[in-house]
Amino acid sequence: MTTKTERQTHDDVPLIRFGPEQSLFDLELGDLWRQRELLYFLVLRDIKIRYKQTALGIGWAILQPFLTMVIFTAIFGVFVKVPSNGQPYPIFAYTALLPWNLFAQGVARGSTGLVDNAQLITKVFFPRLILPLAAVIAPAVDFVIAFVFLLGMMAWYRLAPTVGLLWLPAFVLLALLTALAVSLWLAAINVRYRDVRHAIPFLLQFWMYASPVAYPLSIVPERWRGLYSLNPMVAVIEGFRWALLGGAPPAPGLVAPALVLVALLLGGGLLFFKRMERTFADVI
Amino acid sequence: MDDEERSSFVSRWVSLGSLNMSEIAIRVENLSKRYRIGALHQPRLGFREALAATFRGTGAPPSERANEIWALRDLSFEVKQGEVVGIVGRNGAGKTTLLKILSRITRPTMGHVELRGRVGSLLEVGTGFHPELTGRENIYMNGAILGMRKSEIDRKFDEIVAFAEVEKFIDTPVKRYSSGMAVRLAFAVAAHLEPEILLVDEVLAVGDARFQKKCLNKMEDVGQRGRTVLFVSHNMPTINRLCPRSLLIDGVLLMDGPSPEIVSAYLNSGQNTAAAREWPDPALAPGGEVARLRAVRVRGRDGRIAETVDIREPVGLEMEFEVLKPGYVLLPHYHVFSEAGALAFEAVDTDPEWRRRPRPAGRYRSTAWVPGNFMGEGMMYVEAALITMEPVITQFWERNVVAFQVLDPAEGDSARGDWMGRMEGAVRPLLHWETQFEPATEPPLTVEG
Repeated sequence: MTTKTERQTHDDVPLIRFGPEQSLFDLELGDLWRQRELLYFLVLRDIKIRYKQTALGIGWAILQPFLTMVIFTAIFGVFVKVPSNGQPYPIFAYTALLPWNLFAQGVARGSTGLVDNAQLITKVFFPRLILPLAAVIAPAVDFVIAFVFLLGMMAWYRLAPTVGLLWLPAFVLLALLTALAVSLWLAAINVRYRDVRHAIPFLLQFWMYASPVAYPLSIVPERWRGLYSLNPMVAVIEGFRWALLGGAPPAPGLVAPALVLVALLLGGGLLFFKRMERTFADVI
Repeated sequence: MDDEERSSFVSRWVSLGSLNMSEIAIRVENLSKRYRIGALHQPRLGFREALAATFRGTGAPPSERANEIWALRDLSFEVKQGEVVGIVGRNGAGKTTLLKILSRITRPTMGHVELRGRVGSLLEVGTGFHPELTGRENIYMNGAILGMRKSEIDRKFDEIVAFAEVEKFIDTPVKRYSSGMAVRLAFAVAAHLEPEILLVDEVLAVGDARFQKKCLNKMEDVGQRGRTVLFVSHNMPTINRLCPRSLLIDGVLLMDGPSPEIVSAYLNSGQNTAAAREWPDPALAPGGEVARLRAVRVRGRDGRIAETVDIREPVGLEMEFEVLKPGYVLLPHYHVFSEAGALAFEAVDTDPEWRRRPRPAGRYRSTAWVPGNFMGEGMMYVEAALITMEPVITQFWERNVVAFQVLDPAEGDSARGDWMGRMEGAVRPLLHWETQFEPATEPPLTVEG
């Protein structure tokens, strides 16, 4: 009882001490947790203003992957005749475009999230991590809407999801974590070097061709597979296709490198971000 | 708000604070902050070196150490719980840097800070306001940014809305608000913030006066026990009445004591930004054997000395000088600089009565009236000079002799119109706008949706 009261008092009037030094491994995740409501409001703000004053509104969440699917189907499915694991090419492409768009939007918005909110950074203190985090989470709404459309398409093609569907959240999480890991690095660099903004469209385009979005993993030559599987999005996309359309589950040789790489990228990204964070307000 | 209200507001705050006077709320130890100057976006470091330096933890290699300034140097002080302390100093003295370090926006280069209690900072009202969001959404957004919990905002929501007088428009996007409404809403959220330590940077000095008064009354009503406040202002009367104790800083801590002493030390230090300056002792007055400067004052339209002036109102720059040697043609001359240090304008006396006319000995008081709706917002710094003709000799030229603050109450009739965002420029004339309109001859295309 007594200890609890003391604790309460301590929570109400916290004593904080800070200086120039910073422990390399203190990520101040406690601050992040205390301000989780701010994260919620930032995500909400992103979602609300995203389709403001557009005629199609949230329809864009479906239209973007849908039109990409149409183009891919025409070029790769019809003209080039890329194999699609025996599935109809449109749904083959669309299943990959879902996690890809989730990732690509997360990276695009997450990387510029700090600079876009420069006014906040120079005027108010809050854990800066919230900004890339919110930017990466916000596209999940588009994802959910596009996903509902996918279920409709599956019904149209009379495809039933397999038990692998239960694994889908894990692959969604992996896509989000990959986007967050990349965003942390790029966002922190973008504060000082605005080159990032110009590099991102190119980076994402390159990355998409290095992922099995428009083509199946099977056409990648065996001797390149090792290098290829270093791209965590390969595991994510293969996982999506398996969970939704069936077929062989992604090989452990594909998933394991992805997990290790994302863990390293994310851990390093967090440390790098916290390291750079102290000068954000001075440099931005 | 007027001074009486400010003073009652403070005395209330202070008397409540005396409950816990012994406890230290803010302790600052040997605080220093170094900034690198120069083009930050054209880094001299290679990208790889910069990354390496980041992980080494030194920030930058020694070669970069040349281009740096110390905004704060070895600052130490303590503030007890419940104290209201003013921070006084010229522009660039590090006042805002200090608040930014205390609110953890930026890190000190050296030294430490200890804070007991939740910190709220008002460095600018309306931070995080988004024009596309409704009033309701912006209240939550802005509240969360200022550190309020959702439950706290829920509880105070109706009060905030009523306070801002925007009930009817609460679900309208803020971009459809008039500038006054948007400012009121921003103030209303800020006024409902209840941290243990409040850092205020001049924000209460902008906006419409009637509403400011309401904000201060509100903060008084809440009964904030033991609230600790650091208050930065250029307005000396406000500091004097709001804060029993003040710190005078200029990179370093120059003085710490009761506000009246600090304010008068500041005003006499030559680095002040006072609206009036006098030289009672003729021997010490600027000038020579021909003429000496005795006083410079900034006057409002009502003739009173004005620390702050409404952007729409004219301002009188008054120079009082004594001519000791008769027979010279004299040219009183002003330079007026903006807060950013840009020369806004110069002006030379054109009064026909004394133009090209040798002046007899005696006291002169020359006032130049700067029209309303002419200068930009912010502090304006005045240099006063007196020049004799034939031969041209500068009798005196006093830099930063007086200063005053130009404020735009944003009521829609100044050059900002309905725009409530930031506006730049040393001058802000109210221009005559014309619109020519040609109606469409064909029926306009309809917009889908």
